[in-house]
Amino acid sequence: MTSIGTGYDLSNSVFSPDGRNFQVEYAVKAVENGGTAVGIRCKDGVVLAVEKIITSKLLKPGANKRIATVDRHVGIVSAGLVPDGRHFVSRARDEASSWRGVYKGPIPTSALANRLGGYVQAYTLYSSVRPFGTTAIVGGWDSEAELAVDGQVGTGPASGSGGKVEGAKGGGPGLYMIEPSGLYWGYYGAATGKGRQAAKAELEKLDLSSGNLSLADGVKEAARIIYVAHEDSKDKEFELEMSWISSVDGPTKGRHEEVPKELREEAEKAARRALEGEDEDEEEKMEE
Amino acid sequence: MNHFPEAWGRPRDDVYGAYNPSYLQTTGPKAHTSSPAVTGTSVLGVKFNGGVVLATDNLASYGSLARFTDVKRLRIFGSNAIVGFGGDVSDMQYIDRLLESIDIRENYSHNGNMLNAKNLHTYLSKVFYKRRSEFNPLWNHVLVAGYDAEGEPFLSSADLLGTTFSAPHLATGFGAHLAVPILRRLFPEEMPLEEVSKEAAIDALKQCLKVLYYRDARSMDKYSIAVITKEGIEIKEDEVIEGQSWAFAERVKGYGAQTK
Repeated sequence: MTSIGTGYDLSNSVFSPDGRNFQVEYAVKAVENGGTAVGIRCKDGVVLAVEKIITSKLLKPGANKRIATVDRHVGIVSAGLVPDGRHFVSRARDEASSWRGVYKGPIPTSALANRLGGYVQAYTLYSSVRPFGTTAIVGGWDSEAELAVDGQVGTGPASGSGGKVEGAKGGGPGLYMIEPSGLYWGYYGAATGKGRQAAKAELEKLDLSSGNLSLADGVKEAARIIYVAHEDSKDKEFELEMSWISSVDGPTKGRHEEVPKELREEAEKAARRALEGEDEDEEEKMEE
Repeated sequence: MNHFPEAWGRPRDDVYGAYNPSYLQTTGPKAHTSSPAVTGTSVLGVKFNGGVVLATDNLASYGSLARFTDVKRLRIFGSNAIVGFGGDVSDMQYIDRLLESIDIRENYSHNGNMLNAKNLHTYLSKVFYKRRSEFNPLWNHVLVAGYDAEGEPFLSSADLLGTTFSAPHLATGFGAHLAVPILRRLFPEEMPLEEVSKEAAIDALKQCLKVLYYRDARSMDKYSIAVITKEGIEIKEDEVIEGQSWAFAERVKGYGAQTK
């Protein structure tokens, strides 16, 4: 960065002559140091996972969760500055609740991502604030069946007009990643944080765009990818935190929940085995 | 017709006399909160050994008109409690959305929604009391069913004034007059809860619903019934009162065909 020291990085929202916004780029650096977070959009749900680095032995295992629930059907995991992530989640909850206040139903994942993208972007515009030091992955499931309006007591006429379409199906899984600049895209598989390069390489191997990966396999892959991504910072201990959102007739009934302990431990065991297998392969190659 | 807007569309003074302008006043107290509009009638509840059963009919009346006939007045809160609503239906919808927002907020914590029926009842009664103190009451009388912190079956009522009342069997509205005596006869005070079976409780409520349908002109024969046990909540929302006999109606005197 030759432009450092030229003064264009001293205030937020200031462009450098070559069109860069340095404060935002520094915020991205903060994200690149955070524990790896991944999200996988499967055909029948979404998985979120994060590598939670243990910063002290005095912290209670399993406490201080890094994946948060927004409304019922959305989960958010972030990499980077934890307090910024918390504030981001708090804003997401407010947005989801105000959506319900207006529309009397759950916010679609895409709409939530849009509003959060707008919110994060606003923090790149003013000298009185700094950008978010987090990249957040937002995963959700929009109900495929027509939902009752909040507070609805009856079903209305059984036949005739009523705006109901027989057998209409919408909704499905949604996965978005929001960066410090406010940029967000929808993804099949998203990764951020320290081990993102390794994680992205693994995600690309899964052929997610064909839409064949099941949620159950997605959980195993997410665990494995976090373990793979952790290889570069092996000296630090970590906890794997995972959550999922299934379809309405899946294991979580369209809600965002923590992956059950047994399932997570099974996935972790498989992840460790897969890594050991890889090590052995490499050793064999060396011997050859 | 003249150029005074307040006279437009109104009866002519020279024909009908001067219009009473007190109806036009824009200041003064709000009056539309002082009576309910679309209402549900009685809610019935009985505790039994290991749980609680709640029942309401599926009617929402607009005055004496049977306006909506598929109204679900038993609302489930989280996975731990049921609220049965009598009174104003729009206020019920407001409270339902309020409870939904609480359930969503409770689920932010990783322990999930920890509020039990007793907590919920305390909260609701305080909401009612706050609103009546603002002279803007939520026009409902509710029964809350579920479990308390000790895991014992819980059944209690709260009304539009914030008054609370608890008993092993409860009924709101017309049911307070017609169902409670039946329930007291079936489950006398000295009868321990352990001797009340789930089936007996359900049968008692069905009997009460039938009597209410006979005598309460704001009731109907389609009803909802919800049973909460440790295994969870079982709700049926499309039941019909069975074994009706209107033979007694012929002997009812004082109105209709037989006025003497």
